[in-house]
Amino acid sequence: MEATASTVLALPGSQVRVAMRKHHAHLSDEALVALVARGDEDALTELYDRVSRIAYGLALRVLRDERHAEDAVQEAFLQVWRSAASFRAERAKASTWILTLVHRRAVDLVRREERRQAEPLDGEDTAGAAPEQTEEAAWLRFERERVQSALGQLPDVQREALELAYYGGFSQSELAERLGVPLGTIKSRMFAGLARLRELLDESAQEGSWKPEFTS
Amino acid sequence: METGIHELTAGYALDALDPEERSAYEAHLPGCEQCQGELESFWTTTEALAVAASGPAPSTALRERILADVRAEPLVVVPFEPRRRRLVPVLAATAAIAAVVALAVGLWASDLSSQLDDSRAALERERANAAVLADPDAHSVAFQKGTGRLVVAADGHAVLVLDGLARAPAGKTYETWILAGGPPVPAGLFPGSGGREVVGVDGSVRDGYLVAVTLEPAGGVDVPTSQPVVTSEPI
Repeated sequence: MEATASTVLALPGSQVRVAMRKHHAHLSDEALVALVARGDEDALTELYDRVSRIAYGLALRVLRDERHAEDAVQEAFLQVWRSAASFRAERAKASTWILTLVHRRAVDLVRREERRQAEPLDGEDTAGAAPEQTEEAAWLRFERERVQSALGQLPDVQREALELAYYGGFSQSELAERLGVPLGTIKSRMFAGLARLRELLDESAQEGSWKPEFTS
Repeated sequence: METGIHELTAGYALDALDPEERSAYEAHLPGCEQCQGELESFWTTTEALAVAASGPAPSTALRERILADVRAEPLVVVPFEPRRRRLVPVLAATAAIAAVVALAVGLWASDLSSQLDDSRAALERERANAAVLADPDAHSVAFQKGTGRLVVAADGHAVLVLDGLARAPAGKTYETWILAGGPPVPAGLFPGSGGREVVGVDGSVRDGYLVAVTLEPAGGVDVPTSQPVVTSEPI
């Protein structure tokens, strides 16, 4: 019937899209990845909006250059789009998976660019900006302080190994050379440091009275 | 030494392994439940390190660039099977074309092979549909109603990628329609599968057109007699 067609054609697509985004807002990160695997652009956008701030901050920390950091995030999200079907929710949270892709990309870029600077970041450079009053910003500040406090409780050599590796993009053998210690020592420091950091973060998470979901 | 490779879990979680060790660890990982569990747990810790690095928000242009990237992607680039790492080359032999269909709609090979067994005609349709899905210039839009996507190649050939449209009841068929502003134009019949399927659209779909599906008496009709169960956005 012609009425059918004209009814259909009169439906404003933009309203439907807005409704879909609202619908997506209630989905878990993992459900969004499942939708991305089916080619759902809106699901990818929603994921990006949830994770992009952390992803970009991480890439910027490693690469120290806004353009390169954006490139790393862009490439990582393209990888999310392409390989969402291979994501296994029983293995890791979706946010963990995405941030792993971003970090891997950033580290690969920094090693190729040889852009690394010698000194480890103290991590305070962004905290000095005018504090935002959003809930997300407050939670990020809380998390940053929690992690920095845990890092501060590590033995210096372990903290140094973790920071230079994760934020500096140095490989274990590069670190051994740079610090003038055997490779085996670096491996042990990294393992012991990460295991200890995990314990400290578990403890502080149990103490913390306010621990909203990452995706909220 | 036994502890050697396990100790690499920390370096792997931090992306700090040298290339050879990264490869060795990735080869070791699938067979080692201990390392898998440890890695999952370490990833939670490295995620905390990532969160602690958060700073200013990225530019809004980055969001647009990512969306532009995604829209420029053909629908095809995901691993064919979980265990096979290599990407499947697009548009080689028939098998590869069939694979493209499977990739695009998330079917596994077993589902597909049973479909391909149906008949040579079915295979021909699959090939035509696959060509649409593999067209790097194809556009795709979501549905206003129903679940799936409409994919239209540059030459106007189109397919519906349907998800969960129940099998038509006895005595009924689904009928596809092209909506170009005038009366709906019949564009083929299909039974529905209840799962994920790719259905070709008989006819040319141009910019601004929509495609809809109605449930009709077996044999099809010239004019729709019911409201659409599937309606695409305008392409």
